[in-house]
Amino acid sequence: MAAEPRFAKTHEWARTEDDGLVTVGISAYAVEALTDLVFMQLPAVGKKVKAGESLGEIESVKAVSDIYAPVAGEVVAVNASLPAALETLGADPYGAGWIARIRPDDSSQVAMLMDRAAYDAVVKSQPH
Amino acid sequence: MNALRSTPLHAWHEAHCGRMVDFAGWSMPVQYASIVDEHLATRSAAGLFDVSHMGRLAIDGPGSQAWLESLLTRRVADMPVGRARYTLVTSDAGGATILDDALVTREPDAADETPRLSMVVNASNRERVVAWLASRLPPAGVSLRDRTFDTAMIAVQGPRAIEIVTGLCPAADAARIAALKNYTACTATVADAVAAVSRTGYTGEDGVEIVVAASDAERVWGAIHDAGRPLGLRACGLGARDTLRLEAGMPLYGHELVATSDPFAIGLGLAVNLDAADGGPRRFPGVTAFRDLHERPRGRVRVGLALDSKRSAREGNPVTRAGAEVGIVTSGSYSPTLGHAIAMAVLDRAHAAPGTTLDVVIRDARQPATVVPLPFHRRG
Repeated sequence: MAAEPRFAKTHEWARTEDDGLVTVGISAYAVEALTDLVFMQLPAVGKKVKAGESLGEIESVKAVSDIYAPVAGEVVAVNASLPAALETLGADPYGAGWIARIRPDDSSQVAMLMDRAAYDAVVKSQPH
Repeated sequence: MNALRSTPLHAWHEAHCGRMVDFAGWSMPVQYASIVDEHLATRSAAGLFDVSHMGRLAIDGPGSQAWLESLLTRRVADMPVGRARYTLVTSDAGGATILDDALVTREPDAADETPRLSMVVNASNRERVVAWLASRLPPAGVSLRDRTFDTAMIAVQGPRAIEIVTGLCPAADAARIAALKNYTACTATVADAVAAVSRTGYTGEDGVEIVVAASDAERVWGAIHDAGRPLGLRACGLGARDTLRLEAGMPLYGHELVATSDPFAIGLGLAVNLDAADGGPRRFPGVTAFRDLHERPRGRVRVGLALDSKRSAREGNPVTRAGAEVGIVTSGSYSPTLGHAIAMAVLDRAHAAPGTTLDVVIRDARQPATVVPLPFHRRG
């Protein structure tokens, strides 16, 4: 049974897998708020990122948004089929809609992110 | 910060999940659900747009036509009742300064046969255009009133727009609207409201723009929405309005068209009449500078760019050829109709021929683009 995802204020999620890698994606709320997704730029495998650094970008008809790394580490895999199937982000944001796997510099960083209840509270406070 | 202005349809937008944003000081829906769905509904059936944020001015009086003839880049003196014209509003600051682009319409004469005209100006420019016009008013014979706050403006655009609107009118009014040619206007009763109806729009589709009293706005809007829904009409936000006008190759003030633009280079020569109807010279502010630009074109040229990606060029992105900057993107988006990114740009003349291949620098990446004729989309 996989761990529950945890969330960054910037609407990415991160989940520690059994092998110690951290899977990263964007939240259902973010997908819903962006709407009309048309383009995604994935990070390069092997890229080293700090927490809060740009991991890629997601573009809607209206605007481009950065995807920020929720934890520091090295990108070891990306979901290469995702940019051609962006509807997956909305259909299964915490499963098939994953974006990248990161080997974390510090495996305790995920625990510092928000749990779902805390993130839901942040989302509720957003202007509608 | 001042509170945002809201249109008479604000409550409807909020009740229908409109995502409200600040646009030129107005709280306006950018979209209700999906911009792409709203866009495609307008192309295939009809879109319903609240454009009440646009400035609406009434210019009445025995001297009104001659006065606007002296101020606007389009001829006004020869406009018959019911004619609408796209014009620029200029001052002669620095030779010529473009204050706005606008639609001027000769409304039906008053009961005493006094001419009445109207102008629709951009929300972002309304205050300065009103101030400019007020400063040029003659001592008598012309009245200028800002009707933006006691009226509403509703655009119905798309191949089924006329059918939907005329279905809400008495037979004679329906026939009058159906008979309107592009850039003509009439008054009609629409959903039991007195309305000024013009066959104009900002989407590249057939359709009308309807001005009604603010107190009638919700009823008229609701009637059009209810009648149109079964035919595929959707309420559309400003997001779809922008992608539709971009595909239609229409300029937006502050983007393709700015205060110092050369109107002939950016494809707006039709908005400038240098000669009066009798062939004599016209005297609107800035006419000398425009006459010079007309004889010796020198401004950057407005073009369409087609990108072979879904990654969009955005306003301000540089356009390069062999690494050298040759222009700048003025508007860009994914095109829902075409399925790839499109943009308008202003380019140095030597690089503006259709078929020219260039690069757009989007963030850190160079994206190949081809100069294409405007518009990107022409109604079927």
